[in-house]
Amino acid sequence: MTPPSLLDISPATRLGRGTRTPYLLSLPALLLFASVVVVPLGMTVALSFHDWGQYKGIVPVFILKNWHEVFSDSYYGEMFWRTFRIALLVTLFSAVFGAPEAYILNRMKSPWRGVFLLVILGPLLISVVARTLGWALLFGGKSGLVNAVLLSLGLISEPLPFMFTETGIVVALTHVLMPYMVLAVWAALQRLDPQVENAAITLGAGPFTVLRRIVLPQAMPGILSGAVIVFALAASAFATPAIIGGRRLKVASTLAYDEFLNTLNWPLGATVAVLLLLALVLIVFGANRWVERRYAQVFG
Amino acid sequence: MSRNGPIALCYHALFVTFTLAPIVVVCWVAFTPEGYLSFPTSHWSLRWFQAIAQYPEFISAFWRSIGLGALSSAIAVAISVPAALAIARYRFAGREIFTALFMSPLMIPNVVLGIAFLRFFTEVGLGGTFTGLALAHIVIIFPFALRLTLASAVGLDRTIEHAALSLGASEWTAMKRIVLPLVLPGLVSGWTLAFINSFDEVTMTVFVAAPGTETLPVRMFLYIQDNIDPLVTSVSACVIVVTVLALVALDRVYGLERLLVGRGAADGR
Repeated sequence: MTPPSLLDISPATRLGRGTRTPYLLSLPALLLFASVVVVPLGMTVALSFHDWGQYKGIVPVFILKNWHEVFSDSYYGEMFWRTFRIALLVTLFSAVFGAPEAYILNRMKSPWRGVFLLVILGPLLISVVARTLGWALLFGGKSGLVNAVLLSLGLISEPLPFMFTETGIVVALTHVLMPYMVLAVWAALQRLDPQVENAAITLGAGPFTVLRRIVLPQAMPGILSGAVIVFALAASAFATPAIIGGRRLKVASTLAYDEFLNTLNWPLGATVAVLLLLALVLIVFGANRWVERRYAQVFG
Repeated sequence: MSRNGPIALCYHALFVTFTLAPIVVVCWVAFTPEGYLSFPTSHWSLRWFQAIAQYPEFISAFWRSIGLGALSSAIAVAISVPAALAIARYRFAGREIFTALFMSPLMIPNVVLGIAFLRFFTEVGLGGTFTGLALAHIVIIFPFALRLTLASAVGLDRTIEHAALSLGASEWTAMKRIVLPLVLPGLVSGWTLAFINSFDEVTMTVFVAAPGTETLPVRMFLYIQDNIDPLVTSVSACVIVVTVLALVALDRVYGLERLLVGRGAADGR
């Protein structure tokens, strides 16, 4: 018998358990990921249990000092609370402003829809540093363009501080992550049959009722999955909070950066990073489970 | 088909303004003739673009970013092809776990990966080297490469291969002359998407890069942390132009809608 080949796609081979071919094919990627992802992550977790001193450096012993410090010092509690507060607000604003835009995009006609999809999703691939720089210029102290516009519209009576504030971070991060929300909702709306909307109108529903009872329930899975993505990315964002927040206003990722590259207390930085990862994994998996259970009937 | 009402269109206009404002502002300020940040209205100048030439660290960082992106995307695509074939064509124990592992760089925050890479590379003597930088980039752009190679491997019509094999072609010939040409658009798009992601990556790279191996986004980030002046806006404007060109190319070759949503143009919507 000839050995099972790469191109042999008979059902027996595809379902076969004996063949080594798929393992050989994935071997390069597997080796890379085992050595450059799994091992380093394990080392980082181990690092969070090591001791550190100004003069002695990293001491490879098992010690709970860093974890104790992070959990007992209110500075870290406040910092994590700030990180997740910013992430929640960013998620909320992206959902509230992004979902209607996805709906509007979905109703557009052919050439315009493609053009605006490119305009709205394209920034996703433009450097975060460049986009955040744009916000730094727009905020630009008290004479910034945003304040000038808000003042001339009479929305505010005196300039708002945006640079080095949470408000500024939330606005800029919402801009950076908004495309993910539009994308998720837009993908969900693709399944929406426009005839259902028309049927509702024929049956006497007003435009508001159609939105609330037909469109929103169908867009909801998209909004929720978009929210999970936006939240996870907002809670771990680095460049935007670092540039807009400045050196004082710390979030988890910028604090870890400081510990690693300025204070050089690597074990403490590793603890903050591992804690951020754990919190995010819990939140994302919990949210996904909840969404799946809630929409089991819809997709089932 | 229902149309968008005037309120919806106004909202859309505001939304597009919000989306484009920071990008437009960066490009606008880059043309200032002044020595400080300002919005040029009557006088425009290219002096800040010419000034880039006097900062060799930006030039070298730019070429390093291009080289790093090209190299790590090529390696990522090369490794992703066999992995995609395995995942697309075989049902084997560990298939789901492998897929989850290969996609994990999308789930793990880049800041955590940066820290893990920094620790690992320092321990194994690759700290601050280009090799370390390339390994780190291959890993984080791998999911993007895999997604597109996987899409083309799944979409492959296997009867064509079968025809080639039954007509007497060797496996290697069938691979080279049938499979590769068919998956090539997917590979090129995967490479481009991986390249853009490598070229823009800053959060992870800022941990791994050392002076001498800084990429352009890292150089820009560190520069902005010290001060914001028109120079960094002209550099950013160049970066934006490079990305937009790559984006338009990608849209032509593969379709941005299909790329980002995963379906769309392909199912005739």
